[in-house]
Amino acid sequence: MMASIHRLKTLLVKELLSYLRDPRTRLILIGPPLIQLLVFSFAVTLEVRNVDIAVLDRDTGRQGVELVEHLDAAAFTSTVRVVQSGEELEALIDERKVLLGVSVPEDFSRKIVNGDTVSLQLLLDGRRANAAQVSSSYVASVASAYSQQIGTQTQRTGILVRHWFNPNLLYAWFIVPSLSGVLALLMAMLVTALSIARERELGTFEQLLVSPFSATEIIIGKSLPAVLIGAVLGTVMVLAGVLIFRVPFTGNPVLLAITLPLFILSGVGIGLSVSAISTTQQQAILGAFAIIVPVVLTSGFATPVENMPQWLQWVSVVNPLRWYLVIVQGLFLKSLPAAEVFRNLLPLMCIAVVSLSVAAVIVRRKLE
Amino acid sequence: MNAWSRLLALTRKESIQILRDPSALLIALVLPLVLLFLFAYAVSLDVRGVRFGIVVEREGAATTELLNAFERSEWLDVQVAHDRRELESQLVSGSLRGMLVIPADFESRLASADQQAEVQIITDGSQPNTANFAANYASGIFQTWLASRLTDEPGAIVVEPRFWFNPELDSRRVLLPGAIAIIMTMIGTLLTALVVSREWERGTMEALLSTPATTAEILLSKLLPYLVLGMAATVVCTMISLLLFDVPLRGSVGALLLLSFIFLLPALGQGLLISAIARNQFIAAQLALITGFLPAFLLSGFLFEIASMPAPIRILTMIVPARWYVEGLQTIFLAGDVWPLLGRDILILSGQGMLLVFLAVWNSRGGLDR
Amino acid sequence: MSSELLGRAAACEAAMAVDIRGVVKRFKGVTAIEHLDAGIWPGQLTGLVGPDGAGKTTLMRIMAALMRPDTGTVSVMGHNVLDATALVHRCIGYMPQRFGLYEDLSVAENLDLYAKLKGIAADKRVDVFDRLYEFTRLQPFASRPAGQLSGGMKQKLGLACALMGSPDVLLLDEPSVGVDPVSRQELWRMVQALASEGMAVVWATAYLDEAERCESVMLLDKGSLLFNGEPQGLTSRLQGRSYRLSHIQGDRRALLSKALGLADVRDGVIQGASVRLVRAADMDVSSMQLLADQSGGQLELVAPRFEDAFIDLLGGGPDGRSAIAERMEDVATQRDVMVECSHLSKRFGDFYATRDVSFSVKTGEVFGLLGPNGAGKSTTFRMLCGLLRPTEGCATVAGFDLVRSTGQAKSQLGYMAQKFSLYGLLSVRQNLDFFSGAYGLRGAHRRQRIEEMIETFQLGDVLNVSPEALPLGYRQRLALACSLMHRPSVLFLDEPTSGVDPVTRREFWMHISGLVQKGVTVMVTTHFMEEAEYCDRIALVQQGQLVRLDTPDALKAMVASDELPEPTMEQAFIRLVEAHRDGVDA
Repeated sequence: MMASIHRLKTLLVKELLSYLRDPRTRLILIGPPLIQLLVFSFAVTLEVRNVDIAVLDRDTGRQGVELVEHLDAAAFTSTVRVVQSGEELEALIDERKVLLGVSVPEDFSRKIVNGDTVSLQLLLDGRRANAAQVSSSYVASVASAYSQQIGTQTQRTGILVRHWFNPNLLYAWFIVPSLSGVLALLMAMLVTALSIARERELGTFEQLLVSPFSATEIIIGKSLPAVLIGAVLGTVMVLAGVLIFRVPFTGNPVLLAITLPLFILSGVGIGLSVSAISTTQQQAILGAFAIIVPVVLTSGFATPVENMPQWLQWVSVVNPLRWYLVIVQGLFLKSLPAAEVFRNLLPLMCIAVVSLSVAAVIVRRKLE
Repeated sequence: MNAWSRLLALTRKESIQILRDPSALLIALVLPLVLLFLFAYAVSLDVRGVRFGIVVEREGAATTELLNAFERSEWLDVQVAHDRRELESQLVSGSLRGMLVIPADFESRLASADQQAEVQIITDGSQPNTANFAANYASGIFQTWLASRLTDEPGAIVVEPRFWFNPELDSRRVLLPGAIAIIMTMIGTLLTALVVSREWERGTMEALLSTPATTAEILLSKLLPYLVLGMAATVVCTMISLLLFDVPLRGSVGALLLLSFIFLLPALGQGLLISAIARNQFIAAQLALITGFLPAFLLSGFLFEIASMPAPIRILTMIVPARWYVEGLQTIFLAGDVWPLLGRDILILSGQGMLLVFLAVWNSRGGLDR
Repeated sequence: MSSELLGRAAACEAAMAVDIRGVVKRFKGVTAIEHLDAGIWPGQLTGLVGPDGAGKTTLMRIMAALMRPDTGTVSVMGHNVLDATALVHRCIGYMPQRFGLYEDLSVAENLDLYAKLKGIAADKRVDVFDRLYEFTRLQPFASRPAGQLSGGMKQKLGLACALMGSPDVLLLDEPSVGVDPVSRQELWRMVQALASEGMAVVWATAYLDEAERCESVMLLDKGSLLFNGEPQGLTSRLQGRSYRLSHIQGDRRALLSKALGLADVRDGVIQGASVRLVRAADMDVSSMQLLADQSGGQLELVAPRFEDAFIDLLGGGPDGRSAIAERMEDVATQRDVMVECSHLSKRFGDFYATRDVSFSVKTGEVFGLLGPNGAGKSTTFRMLCGLLRPTEGCATVAGFDLVRSTGQAKSQLGYMAQKFSLYGLLSVRQNLDFFSGAYGLRGAHRRQRIEEMIETFQLGDVLNVSPEALPLGYRQRLALACSLMHRPSVLFLDEPTSGVDPVTRREFWMHISGLVQKGVTVMVTTHFMEEAEYCDRIALVQQGQLVRLDTPDALKAMVASDELPEPTMEQAFIRLVEAHRDGVDA
């Protein structure tokens, strides 16, 4: 037993050193994820800003001009182009020069002054479906705010909207915690997928096999360093979220410290299986890649899980990233209580146990 | 004449290798299907069936009416409670994305002379997109309900949106053309980067270079088979999108093929350049992932709006070939052959393609001296 | 092929095929080639020899116009490699050191590719292929993927591709590494035939018996040309200095190390039961004679070999002491038999890679496992060290069954893989740390062992360097150090000196000899027959079966005849293999 622990320690040190000794490997391990975190945190947003719009003002009155001024001043618009004809407007949308066109009808000012209801026509580019949908609601709220401002009747019955956990609906507050999981998992899976395949291609795997290591020791020796690397990477990115992006962390850090390694472990099991099956590094890289893409897409990272069809939601139950995202988002913004964390941790643990057992079976079979 | 037959021989060799390598076929044939399928089902920007709670603190006629209005909505999945505390914990656990609180005094205030009643909408801000949607949508239902109660209409402005090209705003129609761009980037960049760096790694490049074949011929022979593979993938993906997932094709097939062909130049050029620099499969894969796949996924504008990104990143997206390809693809599929737009995309893509292929040849020129 | 070539040979009788003038090549400040002047003539087989890192491959690549010399000029058939690269590529055939063909393409597809690349017209291709198939005897394997060929066939295919288009100059970079003696002989005959037809052939090699048979030899060391001319010119310098000491009473290994310790012995190797010695130039034979008398052996003058001259030119062999062996305690065992296998078989599908092999290896014996490429020698070897599970039969190491008591068996054996499998991502020191820990050493004991290895293998200066950045010799020493860390009682060596130069090889075998004297048992596979001479007994494996098991001298005696009274080990191997093959066929 003691001998086994001692051998394991040696194997762990060796695996860690082979990742961290060479400055180039170190850079490849740490640099890209952090750069990606920075670039993508800013880039990945479903908010709508800096939109170019076109206005076709057929009205000659003051109110039409005022409405255009209000649109120009709105937070989501960048440039407002004034066009003279419907054809010009359509061409601008066709060529993607503007996202939407507002046409103000001839009788706009007259009707507004008379207190009649006027309709404002909005043409939107359906190729940019999400942006179009969101900005149509923005235009509507600009219009209704304007009508209330000039309106004679004040509306007394109202709605008070409050966004909990993220009052200003900052997208970065959502994306940064999630990215910490995506990137840490990606790196940990790639590292483990390559670990056995690389040794096999370079011939050192045989050397490992003739030494007294047992299959279990090799599996543990290959998994733990990847877990460590993934967990450190995840932690660094969580810290970057708190310190650089100023995302509030409201939950209990201890709960995250328990979750993160378990989450990485479940991904490592998958990576290890890929590695044991592959005979070359190329196969390991492509194999890991073929798994990572669906995992990210069905996790609720890009778009919410509840948007998926019911049967696919069932399939995504085996996706570790899905459960981790619930926990990490909850711990960041919602001070998720421990009971809730454990409720989501349970499937994560099951996935880890299953994937590691599968890996153990495959590796053991390959060893013999 | 000799150069021509050498090129032909090398191309033939490359094609045989593609057909025999299972991992190349996995990336070129199986993964595109999986990706297309995932983008059709898993990635959806269409918010439907948002789990929404309504707290009715005291029941009454108006409240029931309002409740019915919410329950009729196909976008919200409504759950009713009488105490807001019941729902608050569900909002924390994520089983509810938002809720409407109708206070106990709502009925009485609504009935009073000044009608100063108020409801509250609370959303789960940790999912900003869903939160935004839920708040807007719930307000809309409430306003409509309110308007239907009021006898005298105020001088309001009604916005009538018309979504061109995609009237039902089906996100699948937008995402599938984008998915094709990702698949093509993978075939063009990742696969080429891997196969060329494998030639360096295994020493077959050394043997090739000692024959009369020139560097340019060797690289060109890599371009041609993958060009064919890429075009085949385009056709397959297009067929699946049209037949299985009901994406319309409003432009011409010719424009689609031309655009895809032109896009493959920078994609393949990037793969060749990566392999010329890395000459090692692991680093080549990493570089292809970081400079090819992820930008195509995140910075091409098919999933995340480019206009909303900060200025430096907006500028960065300009050098991503996939950005121009996605723009062109979405136009051909949904809008039609808008030549001013397509012409610009094709011009930019061919410029990027020539630059990348030139850089790749220039970087491979040194032979073994590097 | 011959008439065409002969015609051309006559035409350029006088002209040099490759003219090398004042070539210098440096990599990041390290000199690979230092001011080299030489010429290579058509119709001649020129050997390019030298220790590791002498610059052989760099020179080959410069001649193939794949690298540019920093200064100086090289012209190939009158074309300068600097500016007429395309013309140079048209008149050379080049076979790189690593197998440079496509493993997933078939033999015919590889040939076809090269035919087209070399611009052979379609109507002539059938003819050319027929001749090359006849020449290489690869016809039956035309549709087999190149990756599934044996080592010897791969090299023949490489040669066939390099020969496509009848080049004027043929450049072969270590074509015989990893090839068994039978295939090596075939390869050699093919190339010799080409040279005699007028082609200029350059053959780089670490095997000096090959160099000896070349018409001209270029000997490189540290990028400089030490010798250039007929090999006999160098060998004859050693006339009267080579001896054989035979009929030795007692341990020949101990005797060799004693002999090498003498100031007047320049070099020495074991040849079966005898020892071959080279006398230092300015010394007389008296102390050697004394040693011979003490051991009761016979000392006789023999003809010098090229290898004797090579070692002499490079400053002599090692001093005969193995610091590591001296520090090792004797292997404590009561066992007579260390490795044993009985009725060992391994089946892949319907194919038996090893069939019913039984033998036992005595404690302190050097046991060689020899055989042609693809004969099942590696499969047997891998079953003996626990890398493969036998289909039938069993194997034991130090009495432990390799299947049932894997752990105990493994801790008894040390293993050195073919390519010296070291971790390139770790430093030398970290490699030592890892392997010591892997075998369960710890604490002060572990530190002491590591220090000992560093000291005895002179690794002190390179502790923080990656093994990949080191010359082959260092890597081999480090691999040996790693496999000896836990003081194994059995050492498994898989082609331990493949592609390694004679100086490093001698040093390596000095250590092995020392270890054997301490009672370590050694199992070795090799294609290199000089190395086989070091073995006490040799098992010859062919077509999966054990066909011969005897001492090197007895094997040699088996094939001795009137026309070949004193066969070399290589000749013995070739004849035994051919005899068995013919016997099976008949």
